[in-house]
Amino acid sequence: MSDVSFVRTEMLPEKAPPASEVGVLGWIRHNLFSSWLNAILTIVSLFFIYYVLSNILAWTFQSVWNANSLSECREIMMATWGDTHGHACWGVIKDRWLQLLYGFYPPYPAHPDATWSNPPETGAWPAYFRPNLTFILLLVAIAPVLFTKVPRKLLFVTAAYPFLLPWLMWGGSIWGPLMVAAGFAIGYLAYKFVLPVAGSLIAMIVAVALPILWWLFAAGSVADAINSVIPIGIASVESRDFGGFMLAILLGVVAIGVSLPIGIVLALGRQSDLMIVKYLCVGFIEFIRGVPLITLLFVASLLLNLFLPPGTNFDIILRVMIMMTLFSAAYMAEVIRGGLAALPRGQYEGADSLGLNYWQAQRLIIMPQALKISIPGIVSTFIGIFKDTTLVSIIGLFDVIGLTNGIRADTAWNGVYWELFAFIGVLFFVVCFSMSRYSMYLERKLQTGHR
Amino acid sequence: MKKSVILGVATIAALAAGAAAAGTVDDVKARGKLNCGVATGVPGFASPDANGEWQGFDVAVCRAVAAAVLDDPSAVEFIPTTGKTRFTALASGEIDMLARNTTWTFSRDVDLKFEFVGVNYYDGQGFMVPKALGVSSAKELDGATVCIQTGTTTELNLADFFRINNMSYEPVPIETNAEAQQQYLAGACDVYTTDASGLAATRATFENAGDHVILPEIISKEPLGPLVRHGDHEWGDVVRWTLNALIAAEELGVTSANIDELSSGPGDNPEVNRLLGTEGTLGEMLGLDATWAQRAIKVGGNYGEVFAKNIGEETPIGLARGLNAQWTDGGLLYAPPFR
Repeated sequence: MSDVSFVRTEMLPEKAPPASEVGVLGWIRHNLFSSWLNAILTIVSLFFIYYVLSNILAWTFQSVWNANSLSECREIMMATWGDTHGHACWGVIKDRWLQLLYGFYPPYPAHPDATWSNPPETGAWPAYFRPNLTFILLLVAIAPVLFTKVPRKLLFVTAAYPFLLPWLMWGGSIWGPLMVAAGFAIGYLAYKFVLPVAGSLIAMIVAVALPILWWLFAAGSVADAINSVIPIGIASVESRDFGGFMLAILLGVVAIGVSLPIGIVLALGRQSDLMIVKYLCVGFIEFIRGVPLITLLFVASLLLNLFLPPGTNFDIILRVMIMMTLFSAAYMAEVIRGGLAALPRGQYEGADSLGLNYWQAQRLIIMPQALKISIPGIVSTFIGIFKDTTLVSIIGLFDVIGLTNGIRADTAWNGVYWELFAFIGVLFFVVCFSMSRYSMYLERKLQTGHR
Repeated sequence: MKKSVILGVATIAALAAGAAAAGTVDDVKARGKLNCGVATGVPGFASPDANGEWQGFDVAVCRAVAAAVLDDPSAVEFIPTTGKTRFTALASGEIDMLARNTTWTFSRDVDLKFEFVGVNYYDGQGFMVPKALGVSSAKELDGATVCIQTGTTTELNLADFFRINNMSYEPVPIETNAEAQQQYLAGACDVYTTDASGLAATRATFENAGDHVILPEIISKEPLGPLVRHGDHEWGDVVRWTLNALIAAEELGVTSANIDELSSGPGDNPEVNRLLGTEGTLGEMLGLDATWAQRAIKVGGNYGEVFAKNIGEETPIGLARGLNAQWTDGGLLYAPPFR
């Protein structure tokens, strides 16, 4: 008898898995070459990617930066590579990048004769100070809205921004924007004082009507009057000088910023029990959604001109802003209505059972959930309207796309296409991709496990 | 921004109250700026440079008018217009005059209620083909594929031309000149047709311009000129005679080099004297001062100098004078006498 045991008493040490199953090799084997068909597809795709990249990268990086005209670019290409195909001529971007970004906005508005290459000698703000400051303030103003960790005090900047933006961009007397802001204060005060006297409906009507009357009939002359006593202002810039990517951002920011609140109101109005309100909202939404944006822009640029008396100066950019805002508000309303419709009835009933009134229920229970559900749709609408700003080139505004035509009309750059459009594509991609990433971040943050 | 709305409302109120609009000359003088409609970008005719300054042959007309009326060639607000917006912009009063290589046609003059004040460029529709095609005349283009901008008079002219010559063609519709260049170079069509000046400008941008030829046939008349609204004849006269002054100056040998000398006092040629205001009262009749034409000519020189600087043979566009030579040189330019 032996006491040889047939049963192992201790575990064998684990062997490393075969090299073909783990690591890079294993991953490749499993994911790219798991069958004959996959292997073929992988090879074909790799070849395709190589082909595309080898052309695009060569075009992008084997390129000419230091040239003052297309023909000079071509000469340099011939001298360097012996071939003019497959090489970008970035000289046009180097020559015109300021124009593509800012349009004809004067770099030094206070010094009309100064240009970028010929700055005023003393006492001027840095070039393009005002649009740049406006853009930085935009980031500051939206930070507290976008991120909860940002100090709440910055919300004051957010509140002031709608009045700062037009003043900084268009310039002129500071009293104009201040008087417009005063209209909101008037509305608020009117509501506060009329409410105890005449009830909420009358107070609401007065709070809307008084500021409108103020803006239409009093604000302009009051601003002029104060300005004649205490003139505070900066050099004004004509709307005609606005252009480039700045114009896209300006139109996009205004359309996005204003259309969200209007869209919420329209969505609520569409669900309202008050018949007139409901049908007004339905009519507006369906009309605007039934008409292409380009038609609205033509109305803004052409028809209004024919209807208004000759010599009327109704700012073209303001007209376009209004049309784009209305357009995006109608879409926004439908997106938010989708969010509202997705809420179970119990939420409304729960709000009622807590004794909340309509606005409290909307503010505390309905809207936070409805908006959360609608985030992807809202951001899609934002991205869409931002890209749609390029349509203004068709009515003769010099946004980036319109500028490409103007730049090509310069005999030095006639014949340049891809470089300009590639540059514009990158600009738009950066903005739209950031918006898209932010919406994904927001969705993850608000994921409270309702699903 | 808000202020202009308020201004708009105020204007409506003012007009409703019955205030009559003054003539365009007075409007321009009161405003201190000429609102001139130009193209959003046509090589040689209108284009913004890197500093946003407008340059070109049409632009020069705007500047000359501004110099004549306002004594300042830079007092022009250039309003870029597209093919679709140009006529509405003029009809609505957004612009005072349109200098946007616009063809003078019957219906535009009569039906749209505009007044073409003259012709600053006689154009015509032509054809460009690759040399390799071996074609030397447009009559050999039977069966060709033709790149053509949709919705233009060139499209109709093309159809007429092929019908008259009993030939067939296959149109490749395109939207813009930029797209046309790409399509043509990529070989999507055998022939590209548009105004001859546009063909020359396009050909000048090609890497191997010598590989492409512009065929000798010109199949349409395209007199391009500045226009104003119907009805305001004082303003129409100002624009018309400013253009005529530039043309007459070339005929009379007044150039930017000798204009200072010629306008210092009455010289031997009475018509030059009348033109430059050293004699007679032509400026007064026009509602301007005596030296209006001097200022208009000083901006960029006479018609020939403006032509040479913007689109002439020395420029990359390289257009010959052709029909646009003075009548004394066998062209069509013929300014009525300054008397």
